[in-house]
Amino acid sequence: MVIKFIKTNKFIRCRRGRNIETEKTSLKPIIEIKDLGKTFRPKSGEVKALDGINLSINQGDIYGIIGMSGAGKSTLVRCINLLEKPTSGSVFIDGQDISKISEKELRTVRYSVGMIFQQFNLLMQRTAEKNILFPLEIAGVDKETAKKRAAELLELVGLPDKAKAYPAQLSGGQKQRIAIARALANNPKILLCDEATSALDPSTTNSILKLLKEINHKLGITIVIITHEMSVVEQICSHVAIIDKSRIAEDGEVEEIFKNPKTEIAKKMIYSEGDQGPVVMGKNTYRVVFDEKSSSDSVMAKMVLETKCLVNILHADMKNIDGFAFGQMVIQLPEDELSAARAINYLRSHQITVEEVSAHVG
Amino acid sequence: MWDSSMTGLIAQGTLETLYMTLASTLLAYLIGLPMGVLLVTSDSEGIVPMKVLNQVLNIVVNITRSIPFLILLIAVIPLTRMITGTTIGSTATIVPLVIAAAPFIARLVESSIKEVDYGIIEASLSMGASPIQVVTKVMIPEAKPSLIIGAAIATTTILGYSAMAGIVGGGGLGDIAIRFGYYRYETGMMVITVVLLVLIVQLFQEVGMKIAQKQDRRK
Repeated sequence: MVIKFIKTNKFIRCRRGRNIETEKTSLKPIIEIKDLGKTFRPKSGEVKALDGINLSINQGDIYGIIGMSGAGKSTLVRCINLLEKPTSGSVFIDGQDISKISEKELRTVRYSVGMIFQQFNLLMQRTAEKNILFPLEIAGVDKETAKKRAAELLELVGLPDKAKAYPAQLSGGQKQRIAIARALANNPKILLCDEATSALDPSTTNSILKLLKEINHKLGITIVIITHEMSVVEQICSHVAIIDKSRIAEDGEVEEIFKNPKTEIAKKMIYSEGDQGPVVMGKNTYRVVFDEKSSSDSVMAKMVLETKCLVNILHADMKNIDGFAFGQMVIQLPEDELSAARAINYLRSHQITVEEVSAHVG
Repeated sequence: MWDSSMTGLIAQGTLETLYMTLASTLLAYLIGLPMGVLLVTSDSEGIVPMKVLNQVLNIVVNITRSIPFLILLIAVIPLTRMITGTTIGSTATIVPLVIAAAPFIARLVESSIKEVDYGIIEASLSMGASPIQVVTKVMIPEAKPSLIIGAAIATTTILGYSAMAGIVGGGGLGDIAIRFGYYRYETGMMVITVVLLVLIVQLFQEVGMKIAQKQDRRK
């Protein structure tokens, strides 16, 4: 029996702050993906990596794209800056269809779309400072301006003393900070993050996520985050798209999706979060979903007292989202059908969603 | 058998060997380096896939590499005469040496550049780098330590080839070893040239490794 309650007061504050911010900025999509498909054709057969993807990401959003490995999310993010050429459909950046422009024009568009990676991908033969200078050299910025910009960026990511260090002398978190500074060098409008925290330990992950949020806030850069960790989405994203089997299963505001996941995969991704062991599923197992209305009442205790139905709690996971506790619980009801029905009725009469689960794997 | 003329001969041979080796290496790199880069970039997985060019380059490299140097040396004599006006001496030897070494160097360069993590190349593309910028600012600088080790290997291999050119009067230490050590049975002379060749190879190898190590920022 695991009961988890995540306290995230700080997180709530930030989230509120950002919501106000989003309301201020016009809701103009900075990235628009229309009917995008990508099929790989290796020698043996065809692999559909993406199929009929439609996404619209507004300016100032922190947009999470989450999915299991192999779902196609890395391919999707590479289609946004055309590192992967889509087989069909189009990608609009700031209203411009970049799938139709020349290589040269595309390179200019890429100046305004920064990208960071799981493996950092810093130039190993260049110092931290020279890594940040690299995109400026590419864009043809004059040396003096570039140097100034690099110093500013080192300050922004909190590593001004590491200017002369080579990547091999930096820790994973520091490398990612330098990579972020490098990605921001040409003042991009968009920052793409491909599993940017997956190679980092939890506390470093938090500090990098905090930095990303700060960047979003301070500079108003739209951030797209590819991840397989729901906790990343939970911590900083305003919107999320869940991608499964090359398609988008569900997308929308994070709060909405967390409160009310519609698809199987969304449920799986949200409820499997946490490090509980495998939940043992037996007969008469039910999933109970709490929303902000119910979580403050001690509904469960009252139910047990009133219906005299003994409940076995198999798993519980409460999250504090936007100031409201909500979450889910997996309970096992007694074999006696009558008392089980009583319990279910009690819960339903209190506007709590109850559904039987057969094989939802935790 | 030993006198000052011998010392002079050996000194001259050593200089000729160094001249042939270094000049050929330099010229061979002028051809081999771009070839090696093109082999990587024109590959179907490369940054500018060019199927036909890639196949042509691969065929040229493979054919040249499969011809034994001694045969190549003789086969290109007309070309050598056309370029240098002579077929004997160390300058004439440079022609077959460059022809033999360039494809070898192309392969060395190819494998060095392939060692560069594709992630780094992808990152530079994501920043809007053009293919030429990727080559000059990413591939070559990032592969530098490996390229230097490759250069040391190339130089010592060319040195070995240059000794073979002694057979057709190519000059250098190899020439002395064949003329004196082999045709005249002067074992002393043979030993001296061999020892000198070994020492020069060691020197190149050591210097190459040291520079490569110093340039390597990956650790």
